[in-house]
Amino acid sequence: MSVGQGVESAVEAGGFDEAPLRDLLETYQDQRGALIPLLQGTQAAYGYLPAEAMESIARALREPLSQVFGVATFYAQFRLVPRARNVVRVCHGTACHVSGAPLVSLEIERNLGIGDGENTEDMMFTIENVACLGACGMAPVMMINERTYGKLSPDSAVKAVKEFRAKEEAGNGSGDTSAVPEVEDADGEEA
Amino acid sequence: MTTSTAIRRPTELHARLVLPDVEIGICLGTGGVAAGGDEVFAAFEAGLAGTGVFAVVKPREDTCPGSCASIIGTGCRGMCAMDVLVDVLTRKEGVESKVTYGTVTEKMVAKIIEEHIIGGEPVHKWIVLSDDEPTSHNEFYQLQDRLVLRNCGTIDPEIIDDYLEAGGYRGLYKVLTEMTPERVHQEVLASGLRGRGGAGFPTGLKWKFAAEAPSATGEKFFICNGDEGDPGAFMDRSVLEGDPHSVFEGMAIGGYAIGADHGYVYVRAEYPLAIKRLKIALKQAEDRGLLGANIMGSDFSFHLKIKEGAGAFVCGEETALMQSIEGKRGMPRLRPPFPAQSGLWTSPTNINNVETLACVPWIITEGAEAFAGRGFEKSKGTKVFALTGKVKRSGLAEVPMGLTLRDVIYSIGGGMKDDKEFRAVQMGGPSGGCLPASLLDTRVDYEELNETGAIVGSGGMVVLDVDNCIVDTARFFLKFTQAESCGKCVPCRVGTVRMLEILTRICEGKGVQEDIGLLETLADDIKAGSLCALGGTAPNPVLTSLKYFREEFEEHIHEKKCRAGACAELTTYWIVAETCTGCRACSRACPVDAITGEKKEVHVIDPEACIKCGACYQKCRFDAVRRQ
Repeated sequence: MSVGQGVESAVEAGGFDEAPLRDLLETYQDQRGALIPLLQGTQAAYGYLPAEAMESIARALREPLSQVFGVATFYAQFRLVPRARNVVRVCHGTACHVSGAPLVSLEIERNLGIGDGENTEDMMFTIENVACLGACGMAPVMMINERTYGKLSPDSAVKAVKEFRAKEEAGNGSGDTSAVPEVEDADGEEA
Repeated sequence: MTTSTAIRRPTELHARLVLPDVEIGICLGTGGVAAGGDEVFAAFEAGLAGTGVFAVVKPREDTCPGSCASIIGTGCRGMCAMDVLVDVLTRKEGVESKVTYGTVTEKMVAKIIEEHIIGGEPVHKWIVLSDDEPTSHNEFYQLQDRLVLRNCGTIDPEIIDDYLEAGGYRGLYKVLTEMTPERVHQEVLASGLRGRGGAGFPTGLKWKFAAEAPSATGEKFFICNGDEGDPGAFMDRSVLEGDPHSVFEGMAIGGYAIGADHGYVYVRAEYPLAIKRLKIALKQAEDRGLLGANIMGSDFSFHLKIKEGAGAFVCGEETALMQSIEGKRGMPRLRPPFPAQSGLWTSPTNINNVETLACVPWIITEGAEAFAGRGFEKSKGTKVFALTGKVKRSGLAEVPMGLTLRDVIYSIGGGMKDDKEFRAVQMGGPSGGCLPASLLDTRVDYEELNETGAIVGSGGMVVLDVDNCIVDTARFFLKFTQAESCGKCVPCRVGTVRMLEILTRICEGKGVQEDIGLLETLADDIKAGSLCALGGTAPNPVLTSLKYFREEFEEHIHEKKCRAGACAELTTYWIVAETCTGCRACSRACPVDAITGEKKEVHVIDPEACIKCGACYQKCRFDAVRRQ
């Protein structure tokens, strides 16, 4: 996920760059049911939904801003504030819950010093607790950006986060996680 | 039936000229990828190319220079606990032989290539399934009957020819050439197919209503509901990822039956891989003339769009889903009018779930009787269950309706993980309930399960053992529905908050005598006062738990005791001096350094510092850490 890069390139210091939004409006403006795809596109471009963008969308669709804001706050996907460069999604689906997800969350939150929905000070990680990632067979699971880590223990989850940070700090900074070593099965539990 | 004479058979649209000597299929469903499937794929590619024995060809290449091998990524085949799963099929003098390896990692690939693919002798210790020899895991598939999942794990979902070769789009061809729209919904009705999303409404009847509804706008819509939101259910994701064309074909058949020429596939945004594969599949189907204008040269046109959801559980409800497609907040509305009369943009609309639609092409090609011949009483055909939690083999299992819960958990699932004691099975997610061991012989059948208070639902089946607390599980579901309530109906919006507060105080040891009665009253009010199924079923997990596990609620309230040791406030941990060897496993595991003691000396837990996480309890090999 290139959410982080988007924030820096699209929102210049002090100003709001209209260009990505203009392209989106051109594509969607005249389609039926355009609002949600527009908001999704805006978030993909800017990393979140800047207030200026929501105002422009409301004007372009001839809808009240309250309608746009209502939709933006109704759906879990949309964010009104920027997120950190990398997102740790900890699954709290049923299978993960009964297999120890609360402990995994607790350990990651303690390690990063932030809670659900918060960003670390260095903007390296955001933690998001999510309802279900649909990888229940590997519970408990989490994702760092697009990569899924399964059969976690609190220790192995923290280890994965630490290793990810080490890689990032070592300089590739690209959010590439393919080089992160496989997370071991928790305590050699039968796979 | 269309009058055009130029309808082309889908079977004429593909060709497969060369069969490779070796075909490798690697599970690249979400589970497979999570376990490192992409890396295993790359290792096979590099490893095979490095041998110099085989030319690695693209699947379905027309020429093969000497010996060749192909590698495909497949969808999920269900046995997610054993991912990464790798099929190796070898052809020698016309004889095919196939084995499946389980929990494959990059490091194992070189040995498989050397000993099996080149040497001809499979690596027996890693085999989980085999044509030739029984394995302990063959049981996983023995009771299964895979109609919905017929292609999942065997075809490459990104290659339309694979689907065509497996018989794909023949159902659509059949309806376009041989059947009137009326005949199609009669056939589906005769099959006994009922909505697999949870409600269990007869699909053929739904189609009939939509077909007969007049459209003031001149439009009708056909929607696939892929907003699979039940935590613990992932069959729809697996079908969308592993066999997207089966859903498209089901939709096109349905579109023909109701007279719709536009359709939407509404998919959860949390399923990026499914969205990617759907887009690839849609493009390929349109390029082949299997979707879009004048399908297969007929008069029937069906245009599809993929819509990404934006993260709202309530959008699985059909009226909320349509609001969401229209770009609004996904809030359910009163029915009638039903979507069949006034749906998307006020046009007659039909909505079916992914699994339901994947059944349709099979029913059309194999016949309604073949489908109706499976199952039990009023529940026909098969159902896919997502079997997870504390079972040995978790994964997706498709079984004929009417099998018992015991069959699914103990035969397919292989029984309890670590041989711990069974506590309950949670059926149907946040709309369902927990069933005790005494009901394990209940059949998976809409009517029989409804009687217990649980439901078939979308097919989530989460097994709990003695370490799981029933009250905590009920609280877990309430927390979910409370967060996902859209807020339209007050009983649901406020009532779920109040129920959650009560459950939380029970879990924290602050429950009072009146709480159980209060929970039951609130539950009745929420059920009665909510427009949609989210609110209407939100209290079910609490009500079934109270029905079958009431004594556990009472223990929490009166004895301030959680027998599972899951509710932190009611649990204490200590170390028994007699058995502690001072191995330090517990102190190393403790995240808050609450355990002290010198090496080889008895350790002690500081109750003030202890956060009751249970890490020490799990780590101790000498039964020295105790809890109560």
